[in-house]
Amino acid sequence: MGAALTRMTTYRRPVPFAWWLRNRGYALFVVRELTSVFVGGYALVLLLLLRSLADGPDSYAAFLATLRAPAALIFHAVALAAAVYHSITWFRLAPMAVALRVGGRRVPGGLIVAANYAAWGALSVALAWLVLRG
Amino acid sequence: MKEAGTPDRTITLDIFRYQPGERATPSFQTYQIPYREDWVVLDAINYIKDRLDGTLAYRWSCRMGVCGSCGMMINGVPKLSCAAFLKDYYPERVRVEPLENFPVARDLVIALDDFIEKLPRVHPWVVREDAPPAAAEYRQTPAQLDRYKQFSMCINCMLCYAACPIYALEPRFIGPAAIALAQRYNLDSRDEGREQRREVLGAHHGIWDCTFVGECTTVCPAEVDPAGAIQQAKLSEALSRVKDLLTPWGRR
Amino acid sequence: MIEPLRHDVVIVGGGGAGLRAAIAAAEADPTLSIAIVSKVYPMRSHTVSAEGGAGGVVKPSDSFDEHVEDTVSGSDWLADQDAVEAFVAEAPRELLQLEHWGCPWSREPDGSVAVRPFGGMRKERTWFAADKTGFHLLHTVFQTSLRYRAITRYDEWFVTRLLVEDGRCRGVTAIDMRTGRLRAIAAGAVILATGGAGRVFPFTTNGAICTGDGMALAYRAGVPLKDMEFVQYHPTGLPGTGILITEAARGEGGILINRDGYRYLQDYGLGPPDPWPRLRAMELGPRDKLSQAFIHERQKGRTIDGPHGDVVHLDVRHLGERLIDEKIPFVRELSRKYVGIDPVHHPIPVRPVVHYMMGGVHTDIQGATPLPGLYAAGEVACVSINGANRLGSNSLPEILVFGARAGAAAGAYAREQRESRRGTLEAQERDEEHRLRSSFLEQKGGGERLAVLRDEMTRAMEAGCGIYRDEGSLRGAAGRLIGLRERFSRLRLDDRSGPYNTELTAALELDFMLDVAEAITHSALARTESRGSHQRTDFPRRDDGRFLKHSMAYRAPGLPRIEYLDVVITRWPPAERVYGG
Repeated sequence: MGAALTRMTTYRRPVPFAWWLRNRGYALFVVRELTSVFVGGYALVLLLLLRSLADGPDSYAAFLATLRAPAALIFHAVALAAAVYHSITWFRLAPMAVALRVGGRRVPGGLIVAANYAAWGALSVALAWLVLRG
Repeated sequence: MKEAGTPDRTITLDIFRYQPGERATPSFQTYQIPYREDWVVLDAINYIKDRLDGTLAYRWSCRMGVCGSCGMMINGVPKLSCAAFLKDYYPERVRVEPLENFPVARDLVIALDDFIEKLPRVHPWVVREDAPPAAAEYRQTPAQLDRYKQFSMCINCMLCYAACPIYALEPRFIGPAAIALAQRYNLDSRDEGREQRREVLGAHHGIWDCTFVGECTTVCPAEVDPAGAIQQAKLSEALSRVKDLLTPWGRR
Repeated sequence: MIEPLRHDVVIVGGGGAGLRAAIAAAEADPTLSIAIVSKVYPMRSHTVSAEGGAGGVVKPSDSFDEHVEDTVSGSDWLADQDAVEAFVAEAPRELLQLEHWGCPWSREPDGSVAVRPFGGMRKERTWFAADKTGFHLLHTVFQTSLRYRAITRYDEWFVTRLLVEDGRCRGVTAIDMRTGRLRAIAAGAVILATGGAGRVFPFTTNGAICTGDGMALAYRAGVPLKDMEFVQYHPTGLPGTGILITEAARGEGGILINRDGYRYLQDYGLGPPDPWPRLRAMELGPRDKLSQAFIHERQKGRTIDGPHGDVVHLDVRHLGERLIDEKIPFVRELSRKYVGIDPVHHPIPVRPVVHYMMGGVHTDIQGATPLPGLYAAGEVACVSINGANRLGSNSLPEILVFGARAGAAAGAYAREQRESRRGTLEAQERDEEHRLRSSFLEQKGGGERLAVLRDEMTRAMEAGCGIYRDEGSLRGAAGRLIGLRERFSRLRLDDRSGPYNTELTAALELDFMLDVAEAITHSALARTESRGSHQRTDFPRRDDGRFLKHSMAYRAPGLPRIEYLDVVITRWPPAERVYGG
């Protein structure tokens, strides 16, 4: 099917550079996306840690020393906050991405979110036990 | 017939004006009108056009939230002007602008050519090879109807396109309503067109342009949840791609 | 020299009837070039607001004859029975076609289409898609229409006039709203599908666009408007806004009570009140009787005072939250939003508001008007299947059945017109351009305001041509309309620009509405009987001897000329309308 589209003079409003400050939803979205930078940064630190471990006990000790520096502690604190925020937003959005139906009725979103938190909690407990028991 | 509200209270509206050809840049015009508690922004705009300034151009029709004509930016938020109550803004000023991310044709009237062009691209009809049953309906249980019903509620008001920052930055993005409409048919038990629609949804500027901001769902007046439709489409598309990889001969 | 626009079939109006006609023409002959010219984008057409459902015989316990009988008695015997028989037989097929096209009809547990009770019908035969049936119907037929390459759409082109030459309709002139330019579109055949004219009245369920454009266009081209005096007041509209609360709320068991909590309809021949719900009784009586009962209750002082005048209460609390959310969710949403009450806990204030025009452009059962090349379908037309009062849920199948018929008939006619010359269309186009400029855009002097004239027209119609009328009130309205016509010639517009000049189109709509109002008022004056929704307090009885006929209003200098056309009676001779029991 075609449509008759006569030409008109229209006005295009420019998208401001600070478009993401226009409302709370956008701002939080950008913060959420930026958390991936810190998550990625933390993954890099982990890789460096593993490499220093592979290079021997001296290298490992030296690396642990750098990790105790104030800058490193600040980084880790921010990265933890970012990762937690990332996870919370991920869980909140999870029910939208999956339309689970049981017996013809849609599973309430709250249940899916709760299940995610439960799994997170269980895995964290298991991991902590593994790491700390030694 | 008595009317709600006292006549001495007033409210101020700042309305975006643009006349093509007359000036290069748009401007805002301020109007002060009587405040009525049960009025919506559309009532205020109609009052202005009827009594103060007949040159104000805008779209509206049903004034009950089903026709999708009257979408506007109200204090920076995309809303149907027939569903935005003055009492939620009073006594502050109300700023009324045309829907964001669309070119302005005149005053509050946007050009929606892009949206109209995108709708048919997702094949929004029942795709089926065989002929329908002769004198009977396709059987569809209430549970089957429930699977796509929410996505069929879209009134084509384009508030979601106004809210989507991806569409603002990348106008080629096919957009929330078009994808929700595609999903409406994909999930309809009578339809067999999912593969056809994959070519559009999985292509450039299809579902993968979406970064799940979620504002489209926040502003949708018909509770369609287009963000949900898009993420579900991503999941389904990802699984299909894995399946294609593992079983290349299966694809027609 | 701009290339002239030409199509085989030009359809004015892109709602349910117009879109259905376009598809029918395209399917009958894919070589036809078909245009839909609409002043709004199709999804905005007023079909979208229909809520309750579409009637079509589907249960084995039901029959075509019963649907015919309900419709004919509902029409107070003014419906043409041959048309009703054809309509009833085709309705289920059209609704099924819609289902095949994807319409999300509500279902029974076994997957078959569900039906519900509706006013004036003795059997359950109303198909529904929750309580947004019109919305789903329109979007289904719009989306399906996108498949047909033969269809070209002219979105936001405002038709101003029909082009007539050598006694045939040859096309239209329309304003392309994007630029404000007037263009002629030549056609082999034209179909009017512009809907109703509720905006002639002040309180209406109708949206802004329902201004009787097609009726006035045909009227000005010499085509009679039939049965215009029959204006339906829907008994349950929201006070103030006039927003529709569907009949389905009563179909599901809702009741109407007055200030004493009394189900007053039992006093007007619709009782006994129990058992409830019961078909064709009480709140499931026909719309004209329910609206008339409100007026009587108001006269007795038994209605409830509200901020927007008198109301009665529609009570659905006893249905329970679950059923309300499943069957009438939109009713709940509208009540909460626009009157701030939750029908699960409180009764809804309602009053009668103008809803539907039984009358319209005179057509035969194929949708052809007396002007060769001009067809009409849907609310703009009067076939007549609705006679003096329409039953709820007959209008949606009407637009499909007659949209399809008109599309096929117009297509066949257009095929024969391909060789004809363009003739004087350019001259008519220039003529129309001149009229728009001199009467509206370049008007010197004058000082009348559009909204003032429009308000006065609606108030004159409500006072003179309401649910109950008499000679005095009708003559009053007629007089006021003449005054308004004169003042309209001195209209002064603020907006004289081209692109999206919505003040100009609003003025043209008022121009159309004044013609429609004139036809309504004079047809009502001439009909000195009471029948269906036309109630004369000075002539309270139905008079089959003189008025088992359709009124035909012809435009004439001064006042319209009213003629009469016999109603077609096949197997149902006129009887008394009996409900309740």
